[in-house]
Amino acid sequence: MSISTKQDAFATVPDAQGRFGEYGGKFVSETLMAALAELEEVYRELSADARFQRELDDDLTHYVGRPSPLYEASRWSDNIGGARIFLKREDLNHTGAHKVNNTIGQALLAKHMGKKRVIAETGAGQHGVATATIAARLGLECHVFMGEEDIRRQALNVYRMKLLGAEVISVTSGSRTLKDAMNEAMRDWVTNVDDTFYIIGTVAGPHPYPLLVRDFQCVIGREARAQSLAQAGRLPDALVACVGGGSNAIGLFHPFLNDEAVAMYGVEAGGHGLSSGQHAAPLNAGTPGVLHGNRTYLMQDSDGQIMHTHSISAGLDYPGVGPEHAWLKDTGRVKYVVANDDEALRAFHTLTRIEGIMPALESSHALAYAEKLAAGMTPQQMIVVNLSGRGDKDIHTVAQLDGIEF
Amino acid sequence: MSRIAHRFQELAQEGRTALIPYVVAGDPGQSFTVPLMHRLVESGADILELGVPFSDPMAEGPVIQLAHERALASGTTLAAVLEMVREFRATDSETPVLLMGYANPVMHMGYTEFADAAAAAGLDGLLTVDIPPEEVDGINAELQRVHMDNIFLVAPTTPDERIGRIAARASGFIYYVSLKGVTGAGHLDTAQVSSRVAAIRQHSALPVAVGFGIKDAASARAVAETADGVVVGSALVHAMADVIEKGGDPAAAIEAAAGLLGDIRTGIDSAA
Repeated sequence: MSISTKQDAFATVPDAQGRFGEYGGKFVSETLMAALAELEEVYRELSADARFQRELDDDLTHYVGRPSPLYEASRWSDNIGGARIFLKREDLNHTGAHKVNNTIGQALLAKHMGKKRVIAETGAGQHGVATATIAARLGLECHVFMGEEDIRRQALNVYRMKLLGAEVISVTSGSRTLKDAMNEAMRDWVTNVDDTFYIIGTVAGPHPYPLLVRDFQCVIGREARAQSLAQAGRLPDALVACVGGGSNAIGLFHPFLNDEAVAMYGVEAGGHGLSSGQHAAPLNAGTPGVLHGNRTYLMQDSDGQIMHTHSISAGLDYPGVGPEHAWLKDTGRVKYVVANDDEALRAFHTLTRIEGIMPALESSHALAYAEKLAAGMTPQQMIVVNLSGRGDKDIHTVAQLDGIEF
Repeated sequence: MSRIAHRFQELAQEGRTALIPYVVAGDPGQSFTVPLMHRLVESGADILELGVPFSDPMAEGPVIQLAHERALASGTTLAAVLEMVREFRATDSETPVLLMGYANPVMHMGYTEFADAAAAAGLDGLLTVDIPPEEVDGINAELQRVHMDNIFLVAPTTPDERIGRIAARASGFIYYVSLKGVTGAGHLDTAQVSSRVAAIRQHSALPVAVGFGIKDAASARAVAETADGVVVGSALVHAMADVIEKGGDPAAAIEAAAGLLGDIRTGIDSAA
């Protein structure tokens, strides 16, 4: 009985108001409320529609290349001398990251709603590329909002989006990074709400986005759970994933929430260290508040103004986090930890040299924590790390740190 | 009766439309705001709306975004804005003042603490852009406790059946957002505004003010034909920023805003 009660607890969030306990909700201006209600209704219908699910599954199989492998990094595990580490290879997806699982789902919703135009915000550019890709595939007009600072950091992805036919709009307000890109995308959506679908890239934003993005990303955890049983004959002892907005982490964690013996670690960007104040770790060092349509943990000052964040990885450089993570933190089901810039960078190099896999700097945060965790475990134990994206896009950043200019 | 309700009642008896200027508190400096408020009243303002600066003003167009950035750069906090209201109130006990802002600073101060501090400062109403009726219960209880009006937005996209739900929680007046877009956008459709204001009146006896996209005497006059109040924001903020940008001093910027507001007042009063 106690197990079924716990299962119910994880299955009942979000509630009808989109709340995960005291987090989530719909904190947006009145102009968007009707659009959110329409999206909620369409999603409720289509998520129960077998034809829609077949269409989605078909694309995930033949366009994205799913299932992604669960790869045992045995040379790396042996080097550490602790637990066996398995990598969930989301880096092998079409477009090189987990982001496409969600953009395909939302773009299909857009198509069913008759929207001709999609917009997206992007930080590292992975979500922008994934959105531009699916927009090309479905013949939708695509505008991607990206902070001026991130455009500079991620020139390669900006060009990829342009090649795919998307228009990349430089955002020069505020801190000129991901949060400001999201503000600008919201402003565009308010203006063009009749014909535009906003494809949000993470499990944040107003309800129903945290719900539907989670649902689209849960394919990661469902596969990883089945693959663990098939390949290792057991469930993992621990799961590790990086958390910016938190979509790859929720996608891995959610299908395991009822497996009480499976520990879960969400790794936030520690930047130059929590004590420096220069980081992007709201779950570790922030307080609850409202930003971008939902109540969650935020990096904010004593007046409730949102603070500038810092991370070596543009994709984690965000002052908020998905509301379900805020709830999972408070319930204690998931432990949220940090990896600093230098630790992530070391893990980037380690995996590249030892396994021949170049991870995204975002995913490198998860790898850095997994290495520490594995070292304190035994070879009879097992960790699954979400390798959420590949590192090609970060070569410039890494080279610059090595003093190399192309 | 609240100061806001009283003011609308007086204006209705005189057959006039309320003129509601919006400026961002602390833009471009904190000492600028209280003299500006008094000057706006002298130039024909009936109700004052002060924007509370926020780092992420999602509903604002570029003109007001920059004003928020300037106000934050001058160190303007929510507590400082309430202090401006208190200072204004010391010499003007009649003109209603409301704040327009975003949820997070108010939530961070605490709904109870905000309500107490705002009431003590002499504030009359609050409009929180990103707190729709679905999320309002916590703050509404606190605002009602101190008899402060909670102003809600109705949008062009709001379904008719939803207007009633909004009106049930609103007091003071209803703020109709005249267009789909951000503040200061340029595509106002006055015929559409007129039919939507009529729809709101089916659900609520509260006065209806219209804002977003009203920038001069002509557009204000057209809206005044059907609305009980006209909100002018970006045009005023732009007029002041323009003076400062060209090297003018704060006094000249205040006069630019006062001059524009005076023109708009004349336009509104000539409406049928």
